[in-house]
Amino acid sequence: MRNLIVGLTLTAIFVLAALVSFLWTPYDVTVLEIANKLKPPTFSHWFGTDHFGRDIFSMIMVGARTSIAVAVVAVGIGMGLGVPLGLAAAARKGSFLDEVIMRGNDLIFAFPSLLIAILITAIFGPSAVNAIIAIGIFNIPVFARLTRGAAMSLWTHDYILAARVAGKGATRISVEHILPNVANLLIVQGTIQFSLGILAEAALSYVGLGAQPPTPSWGRMLADAQTLIALAPHVALFPGFAILFTVLGLNLAGDGIRDLLDPKLRVQR
Amino acid sequence: MISLIVASLVIFACIEVIPGDPASFMLGINAQPDTVAALREELGLNASLSVRYLSWVTGMLSGDFGTSYTYRTPVAEIIAERLWLSLPLALIALGLTVFIAFPIGILAATKRGSWTDMSVMGATQLGIAVPNFWFAMLMVLLFAINLRWFSAGGFPGWDNPFAALKALTLPSIALALPQASILARVMRSALLDTLSEDYIRTCRAKGLTRRQALWRHALRNAMIPVLTIIGLQFSFLLAGAIIIENVFYLPGLGRLVFQAISQRDLIMVESVVFLLVFAVIIVNFAVDLAYAWVDPRLRARV
Repeated sequence: MRNLIVGLTLTAIFVLAALVSFLWTPYDVTVLEIANKLKPPTFSHWFGTDHFGRDIFSMIMVGARTSIAVAVVAVGIGMGLGVPLGLAAAARKGSFLDEVIMRGNDLIFAFPSLLIAILITAIFGPSAVNAIIAIGIFNIPVFARLTRGAAMSLWTHDYILAARVAGKGATRISVEHILPNVANLLIVQGTIQFSLGILAEAALSYVGLGAQPPTPSWGRMLADAQTLIALAPHVALFPGFAILFTVLGLNLAGDGIRDLLDPKLRVQR
Repeated sequence: MISLIVASLVIFACIEVIPGDPASFMLGINAQPDTVAALREELGLNASLSVRYLSWVTGMLSGDFGTSYTYRTPVAEIIAERLWLSLPLALIALGLTVFIAFPIGILAATKRGSWTDMSVMGATQLGIAVPNFWFAMLMVLLFAINLRWFSAGGFPGWDNPFAALKALTLPSIALALPQASILARVMRSALLDTLSEDYIRTCRAKGLTRRQALWRHALRNAMIPVLTIIGLQFSFLLAGAIIIENVFYLPGLGRLVFQAISQRDLIMVESVVFLLVFAVIIVNFAVDLAYAWVDPRLRARV
């Protein structure tokens, strides 16, 4: 329970920061004030300013948008394609379709996720959209496998047999009976993939393959900070903490939701 | 084997999609059309797709990865040189991962529910959430800039093994930290599962101490999930090295790929990506073999 509360609170803070940033930020992140550059944290600039004199607190708020948007859409792609594929594979277990889907999954798994991302952004050029696609593609097999595994054990249940007797086809059974029963698992995995997505987005922007300037992004703030770290460590500290706490929050929330939904696991801990 | 063929097809197809003609890219915008045409001919770009694919694959099988568009030297040579940095880096990081994760995971599992367990598991939560390149930057700040124990980046070469290892210390720690956190958690839960098995109770009943039961029976049985994760982690470490090499300005495969991408050096990109995928597939195969070694019951099935 404590995990869940801490996790949800941390996540909520960053989601809120992203939402508020659309309406208001302490300073305008598009205005450069070189005279004010690399100021350490003060009362007027809570997290200090960067090498262009921009307020780091405001940039982190705006950067939260990029991170969250990329991760949410990437999880959406993974779920949107992976779950139907997994359901289909389970419904036709052992068939040619199942075989093709699972071997395709193995293939994507053989490419280290980061490598796929780098390959895709290299081919289509670096941008936030391509980062989303790259991270999303790697999410597909994760959800497909999870769904297939869980759905396969559900197909042996009596109520599925009853549904078949009632004349429902494989598609209807998958949507009406299997999907609601794997939803819990999907939510937990979704939170985990969400946090991995934020880490991946940060890594891609860090090497310059994610969101492009002037869109603020946590990863690129860190890349900019790298050469300045000896002069102004605060420039590197705060974006890193933002990533750390968002990912931590999501992981804790994921653990918490799992414990909440599956009391058996809670006893084991 | 089949996955290797399909993987090579996928990589080839991806690379062919990259916009831009490598020949005109290499020669610059002022090149005469006939020089471009001559270079296309020399690079074999005029041949049909299937011929180019076949020559690429057959070349790789005989160890000939082709000639780099930009460096004008055999790709195999350049890759081999860079591999001498990336592979040791990934292996050291893997060693560190195991070295950190095993004791922590075992400690947490044996002292389950205690303060040690809770604080160690809390620390691993942090370790998983830390972006490794940021952690690397913080280590540079502390150990290289403030304490001056290590240099902030660069690689002196293997002529001086001690200096080379020293240059790889911070990068491998940065790579290992998140993976060690994950592995420690897997180790702990796998051990907890086996420790609650009936045969462990039997061991205790026949007079083994907790420690003996753990080392002789539980640990070995907990190895299957742990091995699976280690296998997966090696590919993460190889790919993760790409990012970390950028933090420390290490001339490894990762930096090579980025340069090759910006220079449209297709053969180079193809070869490095294929090599990494090949390594992952081989590692997965090795993990399958390791299962049989750990668990005799699986031997018949392999």
